[in-house]
Amino acid sequence: MNLALRDIRHNLGRFLLTCVGLSLLLAIVMSMLGIYRGLIAEALTIARAPGVDLWIVETNTRGPFAEASRLPGDTREAVARVAGVTEAGALTFQSVETETAAGKLRLYVMGYEPGRPGGPTRIVEGRPIAQSRYEVVADRSAGLSLGQRLRLGRREFLVVGLTAGQVSSGGDPAVFITLRDSQKLQFDLAPPAARREIARGGNEAVNDIVNAIVARVSPDVPVASVADGVRRWKHLAVLTQEDQEMVLSRSVIERARRQIGLFTSLLLIVSTVIIALIIYTLTIDKTREIATLKLIGAPDRIIVGLIMQQALAMGAIGFAFGITFILTIKDGFPRRVVIEAPDVAALAAVVIVVCIVASSLGVRLALKVDPATALAG
Amino acid sequence: MTETAAPLIAFVDVRKHYGEGTARVDALRGVSFDVSAGEVVGLRGPSGSGKTTVLNIVGCILAPSEGELRLSGEPIYAGGRWLRSDLRRLRLENIGFIFQFHNLLPFLTSTDNVALVLRLAGQSAGAAKRRAVELLDYLDVGHRRNAFPSQLSGGEAQRVAIARALANRPRIILADEPTAALDSQRGQVVMDLLRRVAVDQQAAIIVVTHDDKIADRFDRVLEIRDGLLV
Repeated sequence: MNLALRDIRHNLGRFLLTCVGLSLLLAIVMSMLGIYRGLIAEALTIARAPGVDLWIVETNTRGPFAEASRLPGDTREAVARVAGVTEAGALTFQSVETETAAGKLRLYVMGYEPGRPGGPTRIVEGRPIAQSRYEVVADRSAGLSLGQRLRLGRREFLVVGLTAGQVSSGGDPAVFITLRDSQKLQFDLAPPAARREIARGGNEAVNDIVNAIVARVSPDVPVASVADGVRRWKHLAVLTQEDQEMVLSRSVIERARRQIGLFTSLLLIVSTVIIALIIYTLTIDKTREIATLKLIGAPDRIIVGLIMQQALAMGAIGFAFGITFILTIKDGFPRRVVIEAPDVAALAAVVIVVCIVASSLGVRLALKVDPATALAG
Repeated sequence: MTETAAPLIAFVDVRKHYGEGTARVDALRGVSFDVSAGEVVGLRGPSGSGKTTVLNIVGCILAPSEGELRLSGEPIYAGGRWLRSDLRRLRLENIGFIFQFHNLLPFLTSTDNVALVLRLAGQSAGAAKRRAVELLDYLDVGHRRNAFPSQLSGGEAQRVAIARALANRPRIILADEPTAALDSQRGQVVMDLLRRVAVDQQAAIIVVTHDDKIADRFDRVLEIRDGLLV
């Protein structure tokens, strides 16, 4: 005869209501883990998109995501000629805020050379950039549609293609334009400033600048040896793809990662306290029944089982409700929420431990109940 | 516990005090009595006289300060210590408790409340259920076997509680004001039942009561005042 189950069935409404409350709390814990995973996934998306082996940036920097990096545009040709390099492409990166009919829109603009590494890897709608100027491929999360005009700087661009899941580490949708357009967008002076510069005898600004060169290495050549070769140029720094991902996941989003980790820990502590209080209150409500059980001769394991099984049932049902809830609503979050099976399994294990720890307070109380309480009027 | 001709309950010069020094309260000051098989004994006295202390000691949930307790002839407490380590098992198999407010588990049906003690004693689910139904029929509440305590009248609930107390065929039954929550007619019915049980099961029954209307249903009445039998 399972007393815990009988008690739950007898007070099903109250029990389920408690489980629903707990499930919301666990859903928040899971969503925090999902946001954390999403943060990493988003941060790595842009770095992984070109599918390259090396990132060549300005010396003494860890650019282009963690720090500013400026290189002469012709560096690409030099890198492309290094033994072992099969392809190289020049890239620029820049955050832009623009206006659309829907309101302000923050975008992460990437300039690339069509036909070379660094462009959008998969177009889900429309086509890649075909003209040398004023065309843009945008991520769907920007809310732009094919054929729409988009103002970037002083020019209007035509949206010709859409990608999916391409966002910056800050969550801004990525848009791709040609390197030439991006250089003009990033480095050209506004006409009044340019006129003033010429009037005071200065040269017209040189804008063949890029933020990084990406390179693919032949599978037959060790990436490290190619990197060492490039490093001999003192004005360049080299990061392997692994280095770049480490910089993004450990450095660029480190504070956000720690913040979310801390918040998740606090939520777990709050969950433990809440489960402990619920179980403690349920145990207090059952003091007379526990005293009666002791008086009629029930061993402690029956009483401990009654409390602990209810705590575990509450945790399990709350967890199931919570996971279902967060899986249902996760796509409505403004930033990506990634729910991974190992995280779900880890949280399930944590919930079991939390329930056992939390119920210990109730168990302690139950074991201290004097059987004589049953005889009290 | 062995069968014996000795009294089922032997309470020998039992003393119990709470606290020490100026805070010391003497709840029992040398109380002795016996209860034999088939006997229904009333225990009366004003509040604070020591009735509940007697019941708790006989029920092995409170240790005396001095004295001796024998149940079915077996020494249970003597020389300042319990002589059995498995007091809960002792209670389960040998002592039935009946409470003022029935104390049925609210989440179990009448049958399951009775079957619970049988399951705790190691009986199979089927055997426990059969015995529970048999007992509920014996106490005229068989028609309420699937009802939860909240669906029972006070008299029905108390009869289910008596069925639970009798489930393991205990030779000792302790009842704490079993008629206090009932009207006089139902109180008489409960006392009739206890008398029937005492005879049928050859049990020794102690009933703590304040109820004058049932005074004539006891074989003996022990009057306790200020921790002494008078």
